[in-house]
Amino acid sequence: MGIISRGFFGKRAVGDVKLPPGQYLTTDFPVLSAGPTPHIPLEKWEFTIDDGTKALRRWDWRSFRDLPTENITVDLHCVTRWSKLGTHWEGVSLDTILGEIETDADYAMVRSYGDYTTNLPLADLRNKQAWIAFRFDDEDLAPEHGGPARLLVPHLYLWKSAKWVRGIRLMHEDQPGFWESLGYHIYGDPWREQRYSGDE
Amino acid sequence: MMWRSGTVVALHDETPTARTIALQVSDWPSHVAGQHVDVRLTAPDGYSAVRSYSIASPPNAEGRVELTVERLSDGEVSPYLTQDLGVGDRLELRGPIGGWFVWRSRQAEPIQLIAGGSGIVPLMGMIRSRASAGSTEPFRLLYSVREPGAVFYRSELQAISDGVDSVTVTYAYTRATPRGWPRPPGRIDASFIAETTWSSKLIPTCYVCGPTSFVESTAALLVACGNRPDKIRTERFGPTGDRK
Repeated sequence: MGIISRGFFGKRAVGDVKLPPGQYLTTDFPVLSAGPTPHIPLEKWEFTIDDGTKALRRWDWRSFRDLPTENITVDLHCVTRWSKLGTHWEGVSLDTILGEIETDADYAMVRSYGDYTTNLPLADLRNKQAWIAFRFDDEDLAPEHGGPARLLVPHLYLWKSAKWVRGIRLMHEDQPGFWESLGYHIYGDPWREQRYSGDE
Repeated sequence: MMWRSGTVVALHDETPTARTIALQVSDWPSHVAGQHVDVRLTAPDGYSAVRSYSIASPPNAEGRVELTVERLSDGEVSPYLTQDLGVGDRLELRGPIGGWFVWRSRQAEPIQLIAGGSGIVPLMGMIRSRASAGSTEPFRLLYSVREPGAVFYRSELQAISDGVDSVTVTYAYTRATPRGWPRPPGRIDASFIAETTWSSKLIPTCYVCGPTSFVESTAALLVACGNRPDKIRTERFGPTGDRK
């Protein structure tokens, strides 16, 4: 349609920064959450992989932190349109976490403390593109940003990077998570601008 | 989700930095209180920028959508919307968006609204929706502002709190109060929450909207006062968010 707003110039990104369509650059770290921030003591923290009927694997904080970790530098793209480039994290690769689990499931429901959920294909958690992150910018991850630990799956919009993760349910059929049930896209690829349900 | 054309039919300054924009939108599918829209501005050379703004007007079948936009000095879209836009201009928008931070007229529980600054906008949408739906469900609004001149919808809120089936409106001033105000300026604290919001025993649904730090601290106070976390719905805008 393209209505032109006379007198509007905007703030163009400078240099060669390439952002997904409809995103703008920010340098701070906005917070988006649907409810109060849960505070989970480390001694009560658990992370469980289950198949919907039984737990397949479970870690407490100590055994989780015994897993090999990686330093990660990635760009973040939030559906509310800000992008933040070159963020530094430390976390455990989902390849490590899923490594010993045999499953023919194709989908995953990520579950959080505070009852948040988000769904994604299991393939998107594999192959060096997803982590359970527990440090940001060389500091323990703050509760409002998802601490003690959050999913980091930066090739999808940031609502997929569930804060306060407590587990992953393996599923044979895709099911919508929290925002996916409330009008947001089932997959959420920022480069294809899959913001809302119905976006192609 | 398709882009629609909206024509500006009225403009009204709420404060020196915030303006209400009334739009007539063709084929608007109506909305639910608390939802937002995406607004797209396109420059003559084709560059465009999109931001989300909460809807302040109640659901209606006439295609009327009102937004109240706070101008951010370093913003990309809000300065244009609050300073350059004129009556008769057209905008592109799409929506309504969001199914969580909403109030539906079939809800029958007490409602606690808590606004920080321009976070009042979607909550005003809920108050107006309650009135237009003929609902008499008990609503309370706790509205935190820097100083008296920063209040949006002042006379309308006064009329609503004076009316029958009223909404109880309490102001919290953080920097400066009206003359003779009984409480010194300051942030909302636990005693203020306990004195002015619904008892958690009534199991109200709480809607908290404002800047991140405000929502973070207020939601924590509500939990500390015994409110169930799953009854507290939040919407936050960060320092760079052009939201609202």
